[in-house]
Amino acid sequence: MLDTFFFYAFALLAIAGAILTISLRSAVHCAIALIASLAGVAGLYLLQKAEFLFAVQIVLYIGGIMVLFLFVIMLVNLDQAARERQFHRRFWAGIAAGGATAALFAVFLLKGWGSIQLGEPAPPDPNAPGNVEQLADTLFRDYLVPFELASLLLLVAIVGSVIMAKKRVS
Amino acid sequence: MDTGILHPITTAHYLVLSALLLLIGTIGLLVRRNVVVMMMSIELILNAVNVNLIAFSRHLQDLGGQIFAIFVIVVAVAEAAVGLGILIALFRNKETVQVDEIDLLKW
Repeated sequence: MLDTFFFYAFALLAIAGAILTISLRSAVHCAIALIASLAGVAGLYLLQKAEFLFAVQIVLYIGGIMVLFLFVIMLVNLDQAARERQFHRRFWAGIAAGGATAALFAVFLLKGWGSIQLGEPAPPDPNAPGNVEQLADTLFRDYLVPFELASLLLLVAIVGSVIMAKKRVS
Repeated sequence: MDTGILHPITTAHYLVLSALLLLIGTIGLLVRRNVVVMMMSIELILNAVNVNLIAFSRHLQDLGGQIFAIFVIVVAVAEAAVGLGILIALFRNKETVQVDEIDLLKW
């Protein structure tokens, strides 16, 4: 019962934050709405027993990426942009494409739901260690090469973003 | 207590929520002019994917989904850093962050 309540609370937070993110005028307000949405998603991770991802979502997304976004918003001075037209010229085309996709989802859910067998959820292992321990085991045993490649990707991204953002020295 | 399809919460609820978030993110990406808000929409889309991965990770009791979600977050961080760097370089040259005024490559 409590699970149900928290699921709908977090889902409402995530959806409402997402809608505000794409509809508010000022980019700073959009960023704050996105933070609310990300916090809702983090709560859903917690409900799904993914404690490590919950912490990563809070620390990295809300603490890291969103601060980066806010920094850039301050740097590029969006006051001018906030006074101008908010939406693209293709506004109605975008809404139509989104509506068509939503209709596809709805038809799929209403007509085809019975034919999908998700199956019963697998029962959790009562003797399993904690989520972080399990994740560490899996990550460093089975996914070591992708892990190292991810560090390479991050290095390239750091160097690339510095080169992109630095002033030209002539 | 059984109250129809709203209770209890199943994996399907998470999938529907994920589809909604993906939809909102896509609409935001299509209709906004501001590049910063478009990048926020991309973050929304990546989060929708992560919700899906976590839901199936729980459903199948397989940690691969959570590992994949971690990699998605890593790629999202790299994308945000490089994208915002490009945005700053662009703003320095064109003095605008509106996507339809950046049309140098448009025949």
